[in-house]
Amino acid sequence: MELSVFIVKSIIILAVFGVSLLIATYSTWAERKIAAFLQDRPGPNRAGIFGLLQPIADAGKMFFKEDFIPRQANKWLFIAGPSLAMLTACMTSAVVPFGDTVLVNGAEVTVQGIDINIGILYVFGVVSLGVYGVMIGGWASNNKFSLLGAIRAASQNISYELAMGLSIIAILMMSGSLSLRTIVEQQHGMNWNIFFQPVGFIIFLTCAFAECNRTPFDLPECETELIGGYHTEYSSMKLGFYLFAEYINMFVSSAVIAVLYFGGYNYPGMDWVRESLIGGLGLNWGHNLATLVGTMVFFGKIFFFIFFFMWVRWTLPRFRYDQLMNLGWKGLIPLAILNVVLTGAGLLAGTRLLSWVLILGVVLVATIQAGTARKRTVAAGRLSKV
Amino acid sequence: MQQYLPSDYLPIIVQLVLALGFVATTMLATNYIIPKIFRNRVHGKVKDDTWECGIEPQGDARTPISIKYFLTAILFVLFDVEIIFLYPWAVNFRSLGWLGFAEMIVFMTLLMAGFFYVIRKGVLNWD
Repeated sequence: MELSVFIVKSIIILAVFGVSLLIATYSTWAERKIAAFLQDRPGPNRAGIFGLLQPIADAGKMFFKEDFIPRQANKWLFIAGPSLAMLTACMTSAVVPFGDTVLVNGAEVTVQGIDINIGILYVFGVVSLGVYGVMIGGWASNNKFSLLGAIRAASQNISYELAMGLSIIAILMMSGSLSLRTIVEQQHGMNWNIFFQPVGFIIFLTCAFAECNRTPFDLPECETELIGGYHTEYSSMKLGFYLFAEYINMFVSSAVIAVLYFGGYNYPGMDWVRESLIGGLGLNWGHNLATLVGTMVFFGKIFFFIFFFMWVRWTLPRFRYDQLMNLGWKGLIPLAILNVVLTGAGLLAGTRLLSWVLILGVVLVATIQAGTARKRTVAAGRLSKV
Repeated sequence: MQQYLPSDYLPIIVQLVLALGFVATTMLATNYIIPKIFRNRVHGKVKDDTWECGIEPQGDARTPISIKYFLTAILFVLFDVEIIFLYPWAVNFRSLGWLGFAEMIVFMTLLMAGFFYVIRKGVLNWD
């Protein structure tokens, strides 16, 4: 790798790192504002205009709180837990393609930390390491509630990782590559994977919620049963790291969803925009500006999914643990396998749309079930009246 | 096919150094520097206990837990390895054609047979 390319890459990584921290910080503000909007109240509005300084005030407060370590806890593991959670959360963004290429001194450099040909496997590898952070933290606390929360988290994350891995396979069959950039480039011209993989998208989205420990899958930190779950004993910036890692994970998984199913930095009419910009400003500036527009569009998609995460959090109640496990193992895994088989048969027969059959089937089954369920409740109602 | 040299993976090292630096600095600050400056760590016999419904902690937290969690973990290892076998096939899906597809159907049938056995055995029943 040439030195100039390496320097540009390092700048890109630094920028992406900074941006992901910034977005995670302001996600906390956005979450409170959206919660307030959905519950018809003002939300944070004292620190700065619209409460925009609230995250900074929170971070400052976190630093100066007492940093408590229980006597019975395993001190080094207690510190290692949140560190590991934060480290793995920060590592994932390296392979996400944030934009097309930029021209620097005539050399094309991709707007991406590194374009490795095993991109999606790297994401999975790093994300599944994240469970160690929660597990170590919960175990080291030597608190019964923490341990229960940690074990729940571990068991939930590994269960949903199976369905997540299976839902990706259909995408890989269509693209024939594990590189995230290749997957994005193949979706050029409104060939977004969502149109061909609706089932895969729904499974992946559900699993992303479960992997991020977000509602309706936030049983590891279920307040009504487990106090704070795995971070019951944590305080100060160690607690901050756990909460912050959750928001970074949310950002990264939104980015991965946008890359895999919503065309990444592609948008309708991007070729026309690029050509007219090059025509107006010359090759160098035109190309770089067109890339910038693509990156903006990509961030727009990411923000939509972050909003979606929050919208769901303040809409749906929490699952029960057996419901969660049943959904993961008995619902999503067989559905994902069916999706792989149907997609494969469709691709070999020359159509990419066969996955929609599965949607039709699921809707049909759900309708029939809903119809029979209503009869049953009516009958039960009559019985109780008698 | 693009060939990768070890030096091409340098950006990952950059990212790792960046993340490690951030985590280490923050942990050092919150764990050593700020408690030292502001002396806000207060110790006490009762205060240093772990929290347990407001009573004294009874015994050790690291007690035996439900076997279900261990079974889930073991099943995860089995199924995750088998799912990883699907990845190379999925990447080379088009070149392998109908024959590869038929072979993979056999593989997935065997996988689902094991899955069905596990479900009927009641391993995944939570109550």
